[in-house]
Amino acid sequence: MRVACPLCGDRDSREFTPVGGAELVARPAPEAGAEAWDDYLHNRVNACGPSQELWYHGAGCASWLVVERDTASHEVLGVTLAREVAR
Amino acid sequence: MRVQGRGHALDRGRSLPFSFDGQMMHGHPGDTLASALLANDQRVIARSFKYHRPRGLFSAGPEEPNGLVTVRGPWGPVPNQRATMAELYEGFCAVSQNRWPSLGFDVLGVNDLAHPWLGAGFYYKTFMWPPKFWLKLYEPFIRRAAGIGALSREHDDTPQEKAFAFCDLLVIGGGPAGLMAAREAGRAGKRVILCDEQSGFGGRLLGEREEVGGMPGHLWAAGVVAELEAMPNVRVMARTCVTGVYDHGTFAAVERVGEHLAKPGADLPATCFWRIVAGASVLATGAVERMVAFPGNDRPGVMAGGAVRSYLNRWGVLAGPRVAVFGGGAGVARTARELAAVGLPPVAVIDSRAGAEAPEGVEAPFFAGAQVAAVQGRMGVQSVTVQAGRTREKIGADVLAVCGGWVPQVQLATHLGAKPEWRDGLFLAPDGAVPGMVVAGAAAGLAGTAEALRSGAEAAVKALGLTGDVELPEAEDGPREEAPHFVDLKGRAFLDMGNDVTVKDIRLAAQEGFARAEHTKRYTTQGMAPDQGRVSGEAAMAVLAEATGRTLAETGLTTHRPPFAPVSIGAMGAGGRGKGFAPVRETTSHAATVEAGAPMVEAGLWYRASYFPREGESTWREACDREVRMVREAVGVCDVSTLGKIDVQGPGAAALLDLLYTGKMSGLKEGRVRYGLMLREDGHVMDDGTVARLGAEHYLVTTTTGAAGPVMRHVDFAAQVLAPELDVQAISVTEHWAQFAVAGPRARAVLGAVVQEVPDLPFMGCAAVDVAGVAGRLFRISFSGEAGWELAVPARYGAALWAALVAAAEAEGGGAYGMEALNVLRIEKGFVTHAEIHGRVTAGDVGLGGMVSPSKDCIGKVMSQREGLADGPHREQLVGLRAVGAVKALSAGAFLFDEGAEATRVNAQGYTTSACWSPTLESGIALGFVKDGRARHGERMSFVDHLRDVRTVVEVCDPVFLDPEGTRMRGPVEGEGNWGSPSLKAAAPLVREAVEAGGVQLSVLEPRPMFAVLPLGGAKVTLGGMGFPAPGESAAKGVARLCWWGAGQAMLIGAEPGRVKGAAVVDQSDAWVGFALEGAGAAEVLARLVPLELETMADGAVARSLLGHMPLALVRTGAGFALYTFRSMAGTAWGELEHALRGVAARA
Ligand SMILES: [Zn+2]
Repeated sequence: MRVACPLCGDRDSREFTPVGGAELVARPAPEAGAEAWDDYLHNRVNACGPSQELWYHGAGCASWLVVERDTASHEVLGVTLAREVAR
Repeated sequence: MRVQGRGHALDRGRSLPFSFDGQMMHGHPGDTLASALLANDQRVIARSFKYHRPRGLFSAGPEEPNGLVTVRGPWGPVPNQRATMAELYEGFCAVSQNRWPSLGFDVLGVNDLAHPWLGAGFYYKTFMWPPKFWLKLYEPFIRRAAGIGALSREHDDTPQEKAFAFCDLLVIGGGPAGLMAAREAGRAGKRVILCDEQSGFGGRLLGEREEVGGMPGHLWAAGVVAELEAMPNVRVMARTCVTGVYDHGTFAAVERVGEHLAKPGADLPATCFWRIVAGASVLATGAVERMVAFPGNDRPGVMAGGAVRSYLNRWGVLAGPRVAVFGGGAGVARTARELAAVGLPPVAVIDSRAGAEAPEGVEAPFFAGAQVAAVQGRMGVQSVTVQAGRTREKIGADVLAVCGGWVPQVQLATHLGAKPEWRDGLFLAPDGAVPGMVVAGAAAGLAGTAEALRSGAEAAVKALGLTGDVELPEAEDGPREEAPHFVDLKGRAFLDMGNDVTVKDIRLAAQEGFARAEHTKRYTTQGMAPDQGRVSGEAAMAVLAEATGRTLAETGLTTHRPPFAPVSIGAMGAGGRGKGFAPVRETTSHAATVEAGAPMVEAGLWYRASYFPREGESTWREACDREVRMVREAVGVCDVSTLGKIDVQGPGAAALLDLLYTGKMSGLKEGRVRYGLMLREDGHVMDDGTVARLGAEHYLVTTTTGAAGPVMRHVDFAAQVLAPELDVQAISVTEHWAQFAVAGPRARAVLGAVVQEVPDLPFMGCAAVDVAGVAGRLFRISFSGEAGWELAVPARYGAALWAALVAAAEAEGGGAYGMEALNVLRIEKGFVTHAEIHGRVTAGDVGLGGMVSPSKDCIGKVMSQREGLADGPHREQLVGLRAVGAVKALSAGAFLFDEGAEATRVNAQGYTTSACWSPTLESGIALGFVKDGRARHGERMSFVDHLRDVRTVVEVCDPVFLDPEGTRMRGPVEGEGNWGSPSLKAAAPLVREAVEAGGVQLSVLEPRPMFAVLPLGGAKVTLGGMGFPAPGESAAKGVARLCWWGAGQAMLIGAEPGRVKGAAVVDQSDAWVGFALEGAGAAEVLARLVPLELETMADGAVARSLLGHMPLALVRTGAGFALYTFRSMAGTAWGELEHALRGVAARA
């Protein structure tokens, strides 16, 4: 697989660590309640199709990335710095 | 037998002796093992997989299902090599497989007599009961009876290489279509890679007598290859099989580099496993001639018609003088004419089509609308029975050439999941099956050379969006074949010859309900042999279609998956041996430690001293006990450089650490250190360590050795994703500092020997110190329970400081201690490591619930307060365990039960995590977790280690076995050092002589200042006239170069920056080691280790990536590359680079 890091360019997937759904970007407030925290930590859409994922470019620029990827075709639809998504 | 006047591949002037099954034979340069064996009239090459039937060659190419042999190559025996692909060299040695005692007489040939009972599903039905017979009886029997080549069971030392390549267009297959595609793209200036799995380019042109552009086809092909090889933008790769298609234009290919040579050079790899990244691709893999299933079609001498022509034209060989030809179409006439042309017209021409006409100009008995009903001759064809209508005729023959029609090789086009479609009588790849791939030539179902040439050129134009005219050479057209898939007559007709699958087996599968293609395959093993059913798959599906009353289009083909051709595990795992798999990280005390005779223990990739044996000590325990007593009674020195160290700076640093740690780090005073606990967001403990506040906005975080990487990632996550609003920078400084623990009642005296003015630090205090003239850092922390300090200096001084500390400690009655003693010391104190914080425990479980600050949020806090995780009697809590009675050696991983309870899982009250013999307490002790353990101190429990069969009684106690008040480590310390005014000599990180090979030079760069420049507050940072570099770039001024080094970070190399406005500056001079790789082939060498497109990098361009498994910062310099990797791994990096350099040079 190839992932186009916004900083480093098109790279081999061995440089990255996929971490899971991009839901992890939106951390609930401490008082958000059990349901919000349960969703945040455990519940994922796991779509067959376009999905938002978190990848870490650990062997490159050390950026956390939000990768939009079609889980059926494996097509990468877009890569954004997670820092920008989180803001 | 050889035929004069044919065989353009051969150098007949030279003779090559070789051996097959110990028999000496002769061939010529240009021969394959297959052609040479046929020339020596060796008809039986192998015994079949299940029935041990004698088998000969069916094909002349990579699709060969029968001719598998073991080749005794330069690196040892290699099983299952295709005789058709093995290039002959002087002294070539091959042996046949799956026979005992010999090919001629095989004891298990009796299986063939039992064939009525050995059909599909035989194993499933027969070896069912009783289940326990499987392991001891059935499986060994089946393994011996069925099989192909056997492994040698020797360690495999075959040198294997891997490499990365990038191109605009990958052309797979070098026949007429592939050559035209490569030529078009090459002439257009595109970067092209052309691969063909054979040793020569030309595909079918090598086996046919055809003219292309007014010259013999094989000469035209050679001319195109010469033109391509002269183009700097084209890489021509013979002997390279593309084996897999993966996502986003990634391809796997295996190149035979030295495997086919008699005496490969010392550094030459056997194979190279390529990962090719291509913008577009042309699939020009051609077609293979398929088998027709008729009774007796597996006899040695039954061969594909195209193979008979190839052997004749390319290698000047006929498998026998009397050839019968069978098929239905152009191939029949073509084969008959070729034979007639060398004066050996066929003994029979059998055309399955009713009303077919005899080939012109061939004097031979002709049968139209006829079939082959039987083939006689067990060890080789003797005669063929032809059935035309109701009459049968037996005709004497040595060879039966079967022209079954051509099957497009679309496997690679369907690796991403598309299914081949049945169109116009062929299984073809659907459009868009692989993004960016265009299928051309016979692989696209086209017949004839002219069509192949045209479609190849057009494929390149389409794949790359080229414009302009295409110049097409003149060539022949070829009509299509119309041969049957199978002949429905009585007798055993084989489909998959590799796995001995017959027409009857497929029908049986359909009858028993395994009627879908994938089910039939699994039930019968059709298509699962090394050739993956290349010549039999379509015919097998035709039999299935007929048996199930469906069309072939409805039946489909079975799924193609990588690899397309057999790939050895060694080739796939190239580069993954030894240090290539796990780089060795060495601390600065490594050499001295080895010299002291200390055995090493691996901690992650690090090597650490286990213990330092002294004279008279014969076991590790003696050394360990002595080292523990040494620390408790005098002083010990231990290298703790492997602990992760992260420098955190900026106005937001305190807030970031508050988010990361359970404790309130923002409240930490400057010059103080605090123990910290990090949770995962799910509420469990992730890691522990210390945080030191070095300045108002400057912290130093330490992590455990094993968690250094994950914690750095976690810090990046918190800073970039959870709190992007914070103005903070974090960078690992683990490699820059050498750090040593000095612990024990005499520790201060040892410090005083190397630090002239030892500051009076309180427990958990820190300060900058002058270590014999070197700027160092001193932390008063303890992991042993004794008065303790950790002293850090830049790594270049590490070796010198270690020597000075050990000498000073020995003068005080102490010395160096290793991991064994360190572990005992911390168990005695109840300090946890990852043995305890193993991922399922909370802060409360390890007795540190009080460290979770109530006044702020932190990662994991919300979840740690869930009902199930919150502290309480339902939790398993950390306890100490002391052995009671005679058995005193406790172990980790044992279960704990109430006394008298049965030792079963449901009764378990807890388990042990760490155990040791405590020389201080003179008792076996352990740490573990027990349900409601804190309330059970004083209770006795039974201790059961099922694995080591240890059963004893233990007493639960506080996990702090020693000095629970901590007076030893916190209390006042005494002892003035004997200041010996030592001088700390700087050591080079790595000393290696420069090496040169193949015009590429590798050398270690002189150490130069390196400072990380970390902008804060969004300032536009400039430095000595250099602007802050954009990603992937650098700026140079004089001897200094400011390189982009990662997200929001830069590295100044070659100069000291002093204070920089708007940026934190962190010294990294000792963290990285630089190498220079220079010369025209430098990129080619680096392609063995670095997954980057290097050729296109501009001068001064920078990339962060990997060197094998090691972190890499790479700067393109005029003459080559400057490469930086971690200091601790420099030895491994050098070894890997030198290996790559020599491997590439050996190809020249
Ligand atoms: Zn990146």
